[in-house]
Amino acid sequence: MKKKFWLVPLLFCMLFLSGCGQKVADQAVLKNAQSSKTITWGVEADMKLFSLIDVRDDVHKGFEIDLAKAITKQILGPNGHAKFVTATAQSRIPLLKNGNVDAVIATMSITPERKKVIAFSNSYFNAGESLLVPVHSRVKNVHDLNGKTVIGIVGDNSSEVVKKFAPKAKVIGMQNYGQAVSALKSHQGDALVSDNGVLYGLAVENPSLVVTGGTFTKEPYGIAINKQQKPFERAVNRAIVQLEHSGEYNHLIKKWFGKVPGFNYKEMDQR
Amino acid sequence: MINIFMHFGNQLLVGLGWTLLCSLITLVFSLIIGTSLALLQMLPSKLVHFLCRIYIEVFRNIPLLVIVMFFYLIIPLYFFKINGFTAGTIGLTLYTSAFIAEIIRSGIQSVEAGQLEGSRSTGMTYWQAMRYVVLPQAFKIVIPSLGNQFVNLIKDSSILAFVAGFDLLYQANAIASTTFDTINSYLVVGILYLLLTMPLSYYMHYLEKRLS
Amino acid sequence: MQTWINAFSWINIRFLLLGLKVTLGISVIVMVLSFVIGSLMGILRFAKIKYVSATVGFIVDVVRNLPLLLIIFFTYFGLPNFGYRPDVIPAAIIAMTVFESGMIAEIVRSGIQSVATGQMEGARSTGMNFAQAMWHVVLPQAYKHMIPTLVSQLVSLIKDTSLATIIVVPEMTQQAQIVYGQNANFTLPMFVALALLYFVVCFALSLVGSLVGKQLN
Repeated sequence: MKKKFWLVPLLFCMLFLSGCGQKVADQAVLKNAQSSKTITWGVEADMKLFSLIDVRDDVHKGFEIDLAKAITKQILGPNGHAKFVTATAQSRIPLLKNGNVDAVIATMSITPERKKVIAFSNSYFNAGESLLVPVHSRVKNVHDLNGKTVIGIVGDNSSEVVKKFAPKAKVIGMQNYGQAVSALKSHQGDALVSDNGVLYGLAVENPSLVVTGGTFTKEPYGIAINKQQKPFERAVNRAIVQLEHSGEYNHLIKKWFGKVPGFNYKEMDQR
Repeated sequence: MINIFMHFGNQLLVGLGWTLLCSLITLVFSLIIGTSLALLQMLPSKLVHFLCRIYIEVFRNIPLLVIVMFFYLIIPLYFFKINGFTAGTIGLTLYTSAFIAEIIRSGIQSVEAGQLEGSRSTGMTYWQAMRYVVLPQAFKIVIPSLGNQFVNLIKDSSILAFVAGFDLLYQANAIASTTFDTINSYLVVGILYLLLTMPLSYYMHYLEKRLS
Repeated sequence: MQTWINAFSWINIRFLLLGLKVTLGISVIVMVLSFVIGSLMGILRFAKIKYVSATVGFIVDVVRNLPLLLIIFFTYFGLPNFGYRPDVIPAAIIAMTVFESGMIAEIVRSGIQSVATGQMEGARSTGMNFAQAMWHVVLPQAYKHMIPTLVSQLVSLIKDTSLATIIVVPEMTQQAQIVYGQNANFTLPMFVALALLYFVVCFALSLVGSLVGKQLN
């Protein structure tokens, strides 16, 4: 008797939760942003050069942060305020779909799979997948990874990409870049796979690690926006174009990537 | 939700397997270590007692996540290579054994007083009395608590997801990030966890009632 | 040696302590909330009210049998479907309150049960109703017995806040990860610092708990 009884609420809870799964934040983001003078951005916490929490003052700093602020000002005018919410590769899409954030700018490459569930702005950074390895590693390019263990980030697309180039590689997913770099240094894997921009940032901090093998994919980064938010998407795209024309975009690229050894920032010039 | 079961059945089974394996290994070793620690504290040596207390208090008062990450990131840096599953299982074993030691110690203490003297008077040595009279009864008393601890350790094995230990939660993360269907991926895995833990805790309830 | 000195610079330590503040803040709020909710649910489950007790019992059992990490995910990613979008800290507080309430409900229920058998009848026979007997006779004794268990649950709660790092709550473990994320040489020093800080807080609490427990019994 008792057993039957507890099945009922269980089924009820499950239907309740899963039935609501498809709902997306569908208020007009652009209008809300214009009235509140605020755009909420999902950003990462541990992405050197792109978006990193500075331990000294607890503030996000990096190329994406500056770009997000500039786009916010373009759309909302000089009083526009950019609010930053920390996300991880794992949580950024749910946060966007749930409406916790208006847009995500978090080294997110535009992929066909992702485009099925969210929309992207035009690319704001031409990255490509590359490898980070210890200085004396025998791994020179992506094809050397067959039979090796590769470190990726949970929620990143690196694992699928690696499987394409080195089908026999074993990919293990870490929660964030701090863990991933420590795992690489602890020889938990032979290489860390991610986008070159991110990896150069990590290599700058860690002299015992180098970026190797060039880029083996094209991974243009886009700003992720919910599908139903066409007006907001157009506004973001317009803002990016305006920033490129005014030279502010190049200024930001130079500011963050100009001094990174081995990183040809001129290739980043989009036009 | 059913889609996820259909499409990722294999992946979920693999996760279930690693979760079970980790839980069983942890159960066996933490029972051995925990019981040994409880018995060692009965020795007259103050030093041994002190060392056991340090072990127990250290592992009881530091988060499991910190212990497991320590094994995963620090041990290979200075000592030897260790994969995520092993690091997670070792961490979980050390952590759980500290709790089991306390459970068994309290069990022994609740039996000891009269029983030990009684059996000593029949000519048994201290360790014989312990082995044949006190311990069997102590275990009987603490079975419900041990069962609870087992349920806890199945739940705690989800810590493997932090160190790429391929367990259920790790697979859920992987499924969520390929399907983008976050809630349903976690619901599916939630049901699998309940299938493991619920029967066990109901059985413990039943035992507890019967023993009291 | 230099690494250790750099790792324990005031900048890094301050950053860790900011995390400790969040860890303790979340723990205190969750403790208060889940003590109230858990006690209520424990009493309801004990009271054997038709349907109510069984439903409460079922909820408690489900919550107790799920990994906390999953409950955190459900809260953070699931609640928005019901129209509430929590930030990370409220999400962590809600998730942990749900989990801890389940744990405390069970502690309270078994605590009451161990006292109640004789006491309840005795009190009822003097003309008290169920609620009066519960409030004046059973509960005070039950809680006295429960203090050591409740304190160790509180210690677990403080340790469990470290799991909230999975949704990047800026608690102590997350802060340490950010520090060693910026310089991987700081990994070991940060782990030592984390272990020490957690140990000091939790061990001190355990000691206080066992002292109070001895005093009362």
